[in-house]
Amino acid sequence: MTPRLELQNISKRYPSVQANDGISLQVMPGEVHAILGENGAGKSTLMKIIYGIVRADEGEIFCNGQPIGVHKPTLSRKLGIEMVHQHFALFESVTVAENIAISFGGKYDIVKLSQQVSEVSERYGLPVNPRSLVHHLSVGERQRVEIVRCLLQNPKVLILDEPTSVLTPQAVSRLFETLRLLAAEGCSILYISHKLYEVKELCDTATVLRDGRVTGTISPKKTSTAEIAQLMVGTDLPQTVKKASKISDEHALVIRNVTTSSEDQFGASLNDISLSVRRGEIVGIAGVSGNGQAELERLISGETTLNDAESIQLFEQPIAHLDAGKRRDLGLAFIPVERLGRGAVPSHRLNENAVLTAYRLNMVENGLLKMNRANRFTEKVIKKFGVKANGLESVASSLSGGNLQKYIVGREIEQNPKFLLVAQPTWGLDVGAAAFVRQTLVNLCNSGTAVLVISEELDELFEICDRLLVLYQGRLSQSFQCNETSLEEIGILMAGATAVGSDNTRTSVHASSD
Amino acid sequence: MDLFIAIFTGTIIAATPLIFAALGELVVEKSGVLNLGIEGMMLVGAAVAVWMHFAGFSMPVAILTATLAGSVASLIFAVLALTFATNQYAAGLALAILGSGISAYIGRGFGGAPIDGLSSISIPVISEIPIIGPLFFQYDPLVYLSYLMFACICWFLYRTKAGLVVRTVGESPESSHAIGFSVIRIRYMTTMFGGAMAGLGGAYLSIAYTPLWVENMTAGKGWIALALVVFATWRPTRIILGAWLFGAMTIFQLHGQALGFALPTEVLSAIPYLATIVVLVIISRNREILKLHFPASLAKPFKPSG
Repeated sequence: MTPRLELQNISKRYPSVQANDGISLQVMPGEVHAILGENGAGKSTLMKIIYGIVRADEGEIFCNGQPIGVHKPTLSRKLGIEMVHQHFALFESVTVAENIAISFGGKYDIVKLSQQVSEVSERYGLPVNPRSLVHHLSVGERQRVEIVRCLLQNPKVLILDEPTSVLTPQAVSRLFETLRLLAAEGCSILYISHKLYEVKELCDTATVLRDGRVTGTISPKKTSTAEIAQLMVGTDLPQTVKKASKISDEHALVIRNVTTSSEDQFGASLNDISLSVRRGEIVGIAGVSGNGQAELERLISGETTLNDAESIQLFEQPIAHLDAGKRRDLGLAFIPVERLGRGAVPSHRLNENAVLTAYRLNMVENGLLKMNRANRFTEKVIKKFGVKANGLESVASSLSGGNLQKYIVGREIEQNPKFLLVAQPTWGLDVGAAAFVRQTLVNLCNSGTAVLVISEELDELFEICDRLLVLYQGRLSQSFQCNETSLEEIGILMAGATAVGSDNTRTSVHASSD
Repeated sequence: MDLFIAIFTGTIIAATPLIFAALGELVVEKSGVLNLGIEGMMLVGAAVAVWMHFAGFSMPVAILTATLAGSVASLIFAVLALTFATNQYAAGLALAILGSGISAYIGRGFGGAPIDGLSSISIPVISEIPIIGPLFFQYDPLVYLSYLMFACICWFLYRTKAGLVVRTVGESPESSHAIGFSVIRIRYMTTMFGGAMAGLGGAYLSIAYTPLWVENMTAGKGWIALALVVFATWRPTRIILGAWLFGAMTIFQLHGQALGFALPTEVLSAIPYLATIVVLVIISRNREILKLHFPASLAKPFKPSG
């Protein structure tokens, strides 16, 4: 059988990095083929080359045995190659149907197209309303729009670039059903991911990339996780070294009965939150985002302040009325979810971003910046935390997500905080970077710092935390010792059940009314 | 009643050059390009129209040439801002200054010399209707053209695929490029259309509004057109309303001067500009609406990759 798509020796070089180096692969009709690799392994570049957005320096692409000459996205679409981008190429100010119409040839007929959209979305289980403005849609809905757009073209090859990074687990399993249905109809699927378990669940074949090279072509369902991880990372997967518990009695952060109302109409309000974190302890807040995570984050970081100063205390000092800067002066450090825009200024260089929070380390004298000190600090962070960047003058937005997160974590930790708040520490990071960040947090805690982690990743919380609480609809559950509870128990609480117990032993778990 | 008719028709006429220029700029900005050079293109249009008139060409030819001249002038901006992806603010300002210079050069020989302006067409029968006739049906053809253009632009932007493409290019040139549209070509076309409309607006000033050429006769109308687009939150209907407001204020101010208000003429002359801006600022405060109509890539240079 002729492969639907075949790559031969594709190479692409960027000024500072060899993104792809002699990559060859074959995709058969109806095959779900994974491109697996860590961030920066060259997956996205490869897909852009296949789709024709980026031109390869060397190598050839064959579609149904025919070489593709001068390659452009328009040509790809003629050949039936469709791509769902990682960052959606949707226009916010126009409707779903208009968004789809724009990439269509032929007569411009919104009414007819809206009908087709409804049909396809029903058939493949992808509910979207063609008349909604994209502006009002959630990320998951936007992705469905992208997929519906591709499906309307009757694709022969569908490329999905990290499609699940923005989806809830339920949405992921629905997506997989859709993809299986498509493959059964003969469509080839190229599935780009760094999530091993997804690839194992969905894909027939996987091409593993590392540093722009193919390190193996495997059948993921038959190959062990450890083996695949080895191909991806190059070494064995690092295991987080869990510390021996040396928790002191000294309370670092104490929150007492805080209730807030959310300004954002879609936000959750916090309801009677009480919490304490001791020195040398990592406490995790589990829960699905949107249950008050953002509000809790702002409450502790100081982006939200309260009038009742005593309701939040940092080392027995009332801080609830203090702004973020003053709280940082007292030894609080904060790593937000949004790396670009909140953790770092995207258009600023790394050394300038260092000044943002680390200026307290003598980087400012009489109101003047001491850039040489900022530079030394930045260099130290880059070196110590293994940040891959084009030197300390590279712009924050030019770093990959993992490297920027390493940099921000490094920047905060190098200020020797007494209390660290970190939200979704490994969100969107590849295996290697995530393991590094987790180990860093554990080490920091071992040195006596109190750490509070807000995360959706239960495995991660269990790996590093001493205690866990669940935040659901603005309420915190009781606290659980990690070694006394189970994934299942916490998972049920995250999904909205309430634990009821008269004493420390939990007697029953029942679903809450909402 | 006569005074009312005078004020009404005066308003419509004073608004016309702004409507041309601002509607043109609207299309340009909808595609994500900010051309600050409207003033320059209007001046070129105004000078060329009168020049053609003195060279013995008919009115339609003079107007058409002025329109083309505005479009050609916008090419200077387009080459800098689109082909070479330079800073659009700088390129636009350069065009504004250059246009003023070029127009002064073109108009050396006939500065201040009055011409027979564009005559109004009286539409048979309906223009005879009392009140309604003089109010609506006794203008020159360009006034009617401006409303025709308004209708066409609304239809184009919101009812055709090409208009949708223009809007999406303005929101995200990267995505549009990824889909396979030639962002630069589309932006060239909108920019030249905007130039043509500015040239037309300029021609209206010099052959209909005040039929003569004087250096810098636009007196800031190009800048007002620019402000209209912004404060009209990139919506065509509001541009018309804003232009009428400006026109009305201009006429009131003239009558005010005639009636001898105790304000210095400079202050009176400033009123239309001030009033237009203030009102538009007030109505353009709704953030949500602004976000939906604002071309997100406005004034950001775009270079296609790959």
